[in-house]
Amino acid sequence: MPHENPAAPLLQLRDARIAYGQIQAVKGIDLELFSGELVSLIGANGAGKTTTLNAIAGTLQLSGGELSYAGSAIAGMPAHKRLRAGIALVPEGRGIFTRLTVEENLRMGAYTRSDKAEIEADLERVYEMLPRVRERLPQVAGTLSGGEQQMVAIGRALLSRPKLLLLDEPSMGLAPLIVEKIFEVIQIVIKQGVTVLLVEQNANLALGFSNRAYVMESGKITLSGSGQDLLHDPKVRSAYLGEAA
Amino acid sequence: MNDISQAIPFLGKRNPKAALFALVVIALVSPVVAAMFGNTWVRILNFAMLYILLSIGLNLVVGFAGLLDLGYIAFYAVGAYTWAFLASPHFGLHLPFWIVLPLGAGFAALAGIALGFPTLRLRGDYLAIVTLGFGEIVRIFMNNLTHPVNITNGPQGIDQIDGMSLFGLDLNRGLQITEGFQVKSLFLYYYVFLAFVVLAVILVKRIQVSRIGRAWAAIRDDELAAKAIGINTRNLKLLAFAMGATFGGVSGGLFGAFQGFVSPESFTLMESIAILTMIVFGGMGNLAGVIVGALALSFLPEVLRYIALPVQMAIFGKVFLDPEVLRMLLLSLAMILMMLLKPAGLVPAQSRYSKADLLGDKEIAQ
Repeated sequence: MPHENPAAPLLQLRDARIAYGQIQAVKGIDLELFSGELVSLIGANGAGKTTTLNAIAGTLQLSGGELSYAGSAIAGMPAHKRLRAGIALVPEGRGIFTRLTVEENLRMGAYTRSDKAEIEADLERVYEMLPRVRERLPQVAGTLSGGEQQMVAIGRALLSRPKLLLLDEPSMGLAPLIVEKIFEVIQIVIKQGVTVLLVEQNANLALGFSNRAYVMESGKITLSGSGQDLLHDPKVRSAYLGEAA
Repeated sequence: MNDISQAIPFLGKRNPKAALFALVVIALVSPVVAAMFGNTWVRILNFAMLYILLSIGLNLVVGFAGLLDLGYIAFYAVGAYTWAFLASPHFGLHLPFWIVLPLGAGFAALAGIALGFPTLRLRGDYLAIVTLGFGEIVRIFMNNLTHPVNITNGPQGIDQIDGMSLFGLDLNRGLQITEGFQVKSLFLYYYVFLAFVVLAVILVKRIQVSRIGRAWAAIRDDELAAKAIGINTRNLKLLAFAMGATFGGVSGGLFGAFQGFVSPESFTLMESIAILTMIVFGGMGNLAGVIVGALALSFLPEVLRYIALPVQMAIFGKVFLDPEVLRMLLLSLAMILMMLLKPAGLVPAQSRYSKADLLGDKEIAQ
């Protein structure tokens, strides 16, 4: 058991590169996450945000560089093992199981666990956090609204008891009021001690909530800093918040 | 069996116990009824049982795991040829049922994994094309493995295959009960096939509500999300291929023993498509639906054969449409109508995967 230094990052990417065949999508990035943080990764379409997230979750593999989690190198570890180690991904476009019911979707989140009593307790906690979801337990998940589906996807990820939650554009395609709700949920998750890495296009909202943030542009990290600093950075404001510089 | 008996119209939902009883009676009595119309109909019934087994197997792959397989008949071929190799004068081997059938199932499972490995990253149309190719490759091998050593005997096929022999009872000879009363070989095969179908149904229902079944449902709905909740998608997809193939191998072995003759002609692409059609027609992902579909589509062409010819002769005095042509025509028409009227099949799949609901232990709350 390696000694866990509280100051050591929970997750660390060093010179991480990711390629789809010949195309380099991520061209060597450094990224760190500390326990209990909410960090967001913002940037334009095609900047490599989702790719980075998938590489951390293990659904994609690095083509170069290092990835360490809780002190050990995990590059090359398959996705299902990373989940057992505590890295849970809520994929882009929600990725719920449309033909299963809401309850089955949530229970699938505990697929890797066998502690029945604890699972029931966790389910109860998720229901409390997401009252809308509780009302819809027997409903087929494909018939839910976008916001509800997103809630189910987050709830499902929480049922694996993650240490690190990776959220891929949870606000995509949702009405502002629903997006606010989702961010409330994220706040609760953070309070429970889960570290969150958030990929967002809605930079204004993401930066406002984040401890720190990274800005990605064509496969590279161009800026990083605290959420508030970046929110007031003129370059960020002109590039991502639609303001003339 | 409950939800299968519930698929019986009118009776099923209102009186499940009576429906179950009716199902058992129908299953047991049908060969006797069929025999009244001639032994041909008992043979057709036997083949329908084999088609049910095949459909249940393909449904594991297509309906549960969502992997579109257009070469499924290849596994049937593997099972049938295994039986033909190991229990016929072709190689002079006459191994018993208990060895040959598991071997056939095993070889088919291996073939399933062999097909699964290179196709792990493929889905949908692309997977369909590769599996289609695989089915054809197997058939072409069976056609051509005659040089330098004659393995498959090419297009002539292998004949004089041993029948099945269970507990010292040779199914090909029939069972002499008293001097004047004999249970015919055809009937014996029917009941053996029926036993295999019942076994398959029980097995598949258990699988569906197990961790494996739920993982397949997850992969079918969203593979990335399935990975993200900790499912080893690679192994589970291979398992789906292997298990589906096992069912194909078993029914292939039964086919070889029953028919006494196998040739590549029985394992064409049309057969793969026919089985897929049965699943889609009946209700993909639902066991009851799959069985209904397999039954309906194995009887329809035969009924046509016996009705279309005399009817045309009576009305026009000559035959305009060959039953085979008519069969494809009507099948297509049936499929089009199904897609328009009941796109989820005759008996649509349930959406719930909870143990209680699927095993029929609990009334489904309305």
